[in-house]
Amino acid sequence: MHQEYTVIEGDFVNAGKASSSVKKTLKQLNVNPQVVKRVVVALYEAEVNAIAHAYGGKVIVDIDPDKIKMVVADKGPGIPDIALAMQEGYSTARPEVRDMGFGAGMGLPNMQKNVDKMNVTSEVGVGTTVEMEVNFQ
Amino acid sequence: MAFYHALQVEEERCIGCSRCMKICPTEAIRIHGGKAAIQEHRCIDCGKCYEVCPAQSISIKDDDFEMFRRYPHSVALLPAVFMGQFPDEISVSKVYATLYELGFAHVMEVESAASIYRDVKEKYAREHTDIRPLISSFCPAIVRLIQIKYPSLTENIMPIKVPLDISAMYALQELLSRGIPREEIGLFYITPCAAKVSAVKAPVGEEKSIIDGVINMNMLFNRVYKQIKDNGKNHQYPPLTRQRLSADAILSTLTNGERRICTAKRSYSIDGIENVMDFLDKLENDEVEGVEFLELRACDQSCAGALLSCDNRFLCGERMYARARKAAERERNGEMPRDREMEKYKEYLVENAFVDEVQPRSMLILDEDRKKAFEKMEKIEKMKEHLPQIDCGVCGAPTCEAFATDVVCGQADLHQCVFYRLHLEAKGKMTLHEGRTNMYSVWGDDRISGEIEV
Repeated sequence: MHQEYTVIEGDFVNAGKASSSVKKTLKQLNVNPQVVKRVVVALYEAEVNAIAHAYGGKVIVDIDPDKIKMVVADKGPGIPDIALAMQEGYSTARPEVRDMGFGAGMGLPNMQKNVDKMNVTSEVGVGTTVEMEVNFQ
Repeated sequence: MAFYHALQVEEERCIGCSRCMKICPTEAIRIHGGKAAIQEHRCIDCGKCYEVCPAQSISIKDDDFEMFRRYPHSVALLPAVFMGQFPDEISVSKVYATLYELGFAHVMEVESAASIYRDVKEKYAREHTDIRPLISSFCPAIVRLIQIKYPSLTENIMPIKVPLDISAMYALQELLSRGIPREEIGLFYITPCAAKVSAVKAPVGEEKSIIDGVINMNMLFNRVYKQIKDNGKNHQYPPLTRQRLSADAILSTLTNGERRICTAKRSYSIDGIENVMDFLDKLENDEVEGVEFLELRACDQSCAGALLSCDNRFLCGERMYARARKAAERERNGEMPRDREMEKYKEYLVENAFVDEVQPRSMLILDEDRKKAFEKMEKIEKMKEHLPQIDCGVCGAPTCEAFATDVVCGQADLHQCVFYRLHLEAKGKMTLHEGRTNMYSVWGDDRISGEIEV
């Protein structure tokens, strides 16, 4: 099953649309509630990242009976040092974004913690793509 | 497995208007043969259908009112909102006295257990620092809502008996200690809502409630009010000594009643089921951080706005505030010994106030087998593309999505969709007669009658 969502830069009001819809689907599929929670937390975090740090992007979700694959691809400044960005507390968020309660530098590490597989590719000045996978079993 | 719910449709009264179907927050209602039908696995007894029904065809299962007379030691367990129903000139003492006149052997307000309930919650919070936020077990409609719709949050619900159960345990222990045999004791809860009936008849987290029967609050209100009117102005009510409720106890059933006396640093009190669902959606996504305690109530204005409340929720609420102010004044003047009676049993009550962990029972699961669930979901998605997506409800389901789900799960016929039918009729794949038969199956055969002259 394939789902796509568009994420718009700076649109914090609609953050969580993709994760809420995915949540409902997984509940219907009888996926363990704690696994659903991990998926939703990771995807929400990724959505907020694309809204806060980039110029918007796309969320592409593919669900099959055993796992979910999520790709969040943004057009944005890119991440120069991915290893550094994966450290807790590291953030490039602007002060006004931090004031809204986002950008604490927990984003990528938190996503990593909640998924079974994660891959981040980024090109400075072009954008970042985060691929995540969670197994249902 | 069958699930108990207390709301039921009185078929002979139901006019099949579908207002209930459209308002139900858990999409638990469908129309068949011109009558509303409640799906038991989805119903949480919130009572939205009861409120909206123009034909009073939704009723709340209760026990025969006269049943309490079979017990020499009948106990009326009252919710504090009961007192909030009466106009100012009828005092709390007069209501108590009238209940005795009606034949109850003992009367107590269940909120007298409010302070023990709070102590038990605080104890649980101290012993379970790994679970946050903790969600109050107070409102049974909310407990059921979380079970069916937010399964990942069931572990956040505190598995603790509510003041109603604690006060019932107290009443029972007290009467047993006087040497009265159990079979002579009848514990009757006067319920302000449908969800509490279910909480008594099919409690979550324990086998069976000790309460022997439930009486609908509006019915008892009528009896008491009539008796007081019949008694007339000059009637001498016997003086009586009774337990007085503290201000905290009186306010505990209202919105903010639990939150205002909890020690959590960050907590919310939310009333109204739509508001609660909105918040739980966010909470489930981990969008709300650092919350320690949640007081969630299905009814707007909490129990003052309960289904079987006879008066306006704000009038009832203000009367309770007025009573609480008086109680607070007495407390300040040192006139009120704090629940000494119940304190005697405190250790026993606290020890027995815990129940089993609340288990999820998701209504959303399409099939226990994930592969089958997945196939069904693909079919639903495909079907949705062909449905009009205007949620007109003519198919007898609240939304196009709910309808598609029903069809895929074998609970509805695709031809119930009026748009799809018209499409088939236009293509000559369905006769007008067949179309009409489908319409009748949902709405009954007496909806269309004759031509209208304009």
